[in-house]
Amino acid sequence: MYGLGIVRGLSVTLKHFVESYIDDFRFLGRRYYDSDSLKARQGASGRGVFTVQYPEEKLPVPERFRYIPFLIYEEQEDGSRQDLCTSCGICAKVCPPQCIWIVRTSDPKTKRPIPEPAEFFIDIDICMNCGYCAEYCPFDAIKMDHDYELASYDRTTDHIFNKARLDMPQSYYASIRPTDYAAELIVREAEAAKKAARAELKRKAAEARAAEKAKEAAAKADDAKSASESEQSE
Amino acid sequence: MAEQQAAAPEQSAVEEDPLIARFPDAVVADERKGYEGYVVKTDKLLEVARALRDDFGYDYLSSVTGVDYIEDGKLEIVYHAYQIEGGTALNFKVQMDRAEPVAPSLVPVYPGADFQEREVYDMYGVHFDGHPDLRRILMWEGFAGYPMRKDWQEAYFEEETKPFANRWPGGEVHRTEALNPFNKNVKYPRGFDPDSWVPETDAALYAGLDNLTNGDGLKTDELVVNLGPQHPSTHGVFRMVVKLDGEDIVDLKPVMGYLHRNHEKIGERNTWIQNMPYTDRLDYISSMSNNLGYALTVEKLTGVEIPERAEYIRILMVELTRICNHMWSIGFLLNDLGAFQTPALYAIKERELILDFFEATAGSRMMCNYMRFGGIARDIPELIMRDENTLDFLSDLINERLPRAIDELDGYLTNNELLRSRCIGVSVMSPEMAIAYSTAGPLLRASGVPYDVRRAEPYSIYDRFDFDVCTRSEGDVYARYLVRIDEMRQSVRICQQALRDLPLEGEIFTGKPQYNIRVPAGEAYGRIENPKGELGFYIVSTRTHNPYRYHIRAPSFINLNVLGELCKGHKIADAVVILGSIDIVLGETDR
Repeated sequence: MYGLGIVRGLSVTLKHFVESYIDDFRFLGRRYYDSDSLKARQGASGRGVFTVQYPEEKLPVPERFRYIPFLIYEEQEDGSRQDLCTSCGICAKVCPPQCIWIVRTSDPKTKRPIPEPAEFFIDIDICMNCGYCAEYCPFDAIKMDHDYELASYDRTTDHIFNKARLDMPQSYYASIRPTDYAAELIVREAEAAKKAARAELKRKAAEARAAEKAKEAAAKADDAKSASESEQSE
Repeated sequence: MAEQQAAAPEQSAVEEDPLIARFPDAVVADERKGYEGYVVKTDKLLEVARALRDDFGYDYLSSVTGVDYIEDGKLEIVYHAYQIEGGTALNFKVQMDRAEPVAPSLVPVYPGADFQEREVYDMYGVHFDGHPDLRRILMWEGFAGYPMRKDWQEAYFEEETKPFANRWPGGEVHRTEALNPFNKNVKYPRGFDPDSWVPETDAALYAGLDNLTNGDGLKTDELVVNLGPQHPSTHGVFRMVVKLDGEDIVDLKPVMGYLHRNHEKIGERNTWIQNMPYTDRLDYISSMSNNLGYALTVEKLTGVEIPERAEYIRILMVELTRICNHMWSIGFLLNDLGAFQTPALYAIKERELILDFFEATAGSRMMCNYMRFGGIARDIPELIMRDENTLDFLSDLINERLPRAIDELDGYLTNNELLRSRCIGVSVMSPEMAIAYSTAGPLLRASGVPYDVRRAEPYSIYDRFDFDVCTRSEGDVYARYLVRIDEMRQSVRICQQALRDLPLEGEIFTGKPQYNIRVPAGEAYGRIENPKGELGFYIVSTRTHNPYRYHIRAPSFINLNVLGELCKGHKIADAVVILGSIDIVLGETDR
């Protein structure tokens, strides 16, 4: 029969149509804006209406999602912030559209560079979200953020981020990228352990040398004493 | 050809190279270090090309590109030709003086060289004698200057190569629009007066359209219609200039360049690794494929070995990308046919799941930036969506969800009478025409030519996988649609094998990640089977941190060579469908 293909196609559409209303019965009218329902609709075994009603429903971003970078600081005991960034400039060099500007200053007395960025600018209009700055930072000081809701009314004032805007605490990084943070902690602890082991070895070697020296000195003193005693006895 | 080393070691005479033996005064081997192929004398080029096509069997000209060797004062045009049975490239070049670059056009021998020669003319200023329609293609008609020449500087020019020195340690940020766009490099042609200059319009373009040849006595008007560049059915900012006799198309000329970003020049300014995210933006629907093509080409020069696990993951990513792309393509073909969005959205649903996987692994849905020179950037994560095991998700997706989706798509579209009546018999392309016009990908295979780069010149570990090359013989729009459905099924097959054979443990990268590599000097042409065709990267390195030449052989661009021929004689409504069946993406066409 001519037209059977069209009819078959329409039956597929009808199936999709009916399926999209079954959710209403399953979730008793609360199929949107309900996180259980959203989860049931996404994923490889998801069923039902695939659409996500943004902005009322938001898909959780995966851990590795990369948008605009941010800098990490660690909070010290006295409340001050210690940036992990040493202004080495690798992120500025590796950035493909060259959207990172770093101002590095030198200590006026020793003339050596201060391992801290005096200023750090990223033009987020130019940033192409490639993640190279985070990938190649040797100090894990710059990472990719998850926040994509950055629209503003005036790009000339809002879209060049300076250091104050870019700084986020280490705890924020741990919360958005737990697996990466855990892996970094392991590496950091291993390095610290290695360093401690090396320091321990050094200390032991120094102690051994000191002990040797003491023994020699004692032996010398003994010799001197025995010599003077033998002299005395003679 | 490639097998020049038939000579035994004790033979001290010149090797028995058939091509050099045939043209001893016109062809010499390219002796530069790291280079291969032949250098042909410019005036003998047509003769040599004809011999290559007819006698040596190199009937498929794949890539035509130019290189500016400014220190030697030469412009070079590099050609890559293949035998349609498969095998490696025959690379031949012509060199000419930079001051007066003239070369014979190869369009009489290989019609597929048309747009590529226009691009070399546009970008380098080489004049091709005998070209049927030598106009600028990527830049607008009135543009002065040849952008890809090494002495041409673009607006907002800062430095020759990245990284730019003014970013650190004393980097002063400034807004780009506050800069004078031409700064120190404003150059007007001699005698140019901006007040009295009238730009060239499309007169040359319209004059180049064919005329109606059937004189049936009635005086009929011919109408020239511009489809695009802003048009919902042109797959991007693409323009087709159509000369119509009523509803019948008399001639059609594609006009492109509305998305031209001079990616190749940016590529020369970038360092090697900085180019990788830019390749994402070429064929932006299949970014993993583009990444792989570039990574493979640079790895040809560096010679690095890829770990097993990385190889399997690469194949998995690329085949999932192929499914993504074909879903999109079929969805939009149906859109072009007038099925307003419904099949497109049904097709794209599975693509969303694949993109979720890409996002969980690479960090981004479309601009994946995933491959590196020596492996891949990150391993497959444990969990996707924070609580679902990734390998379970993949296995579910590949073994159940995707085959079901493809079957559903096939089931309700393939036998649809509307689709059949509008697609069967439209724009039939013979295999000879397909080969002559350098088409590639599903377009070529739907015309009965079983040429797939994964089989013709296997790259990565494709020789370990069991899959069929999908071919159809009719060569019409319906055949191209069927080839894409078949290819999706074969991709699922490959993904299943990749998942099954994926090594559970292993490195994903060889060596230490370096951000500033130096690639050994030489040239390399690497090609992959992109979902749209043969994506090739031609790279010339002079052992610096930046490529000397970086060219993309874009399948969409070259497949469009044949659009005009295919549309002649059909109705205007068919033009949109034929364009949909060629499946272009403007990011790649215009670069």
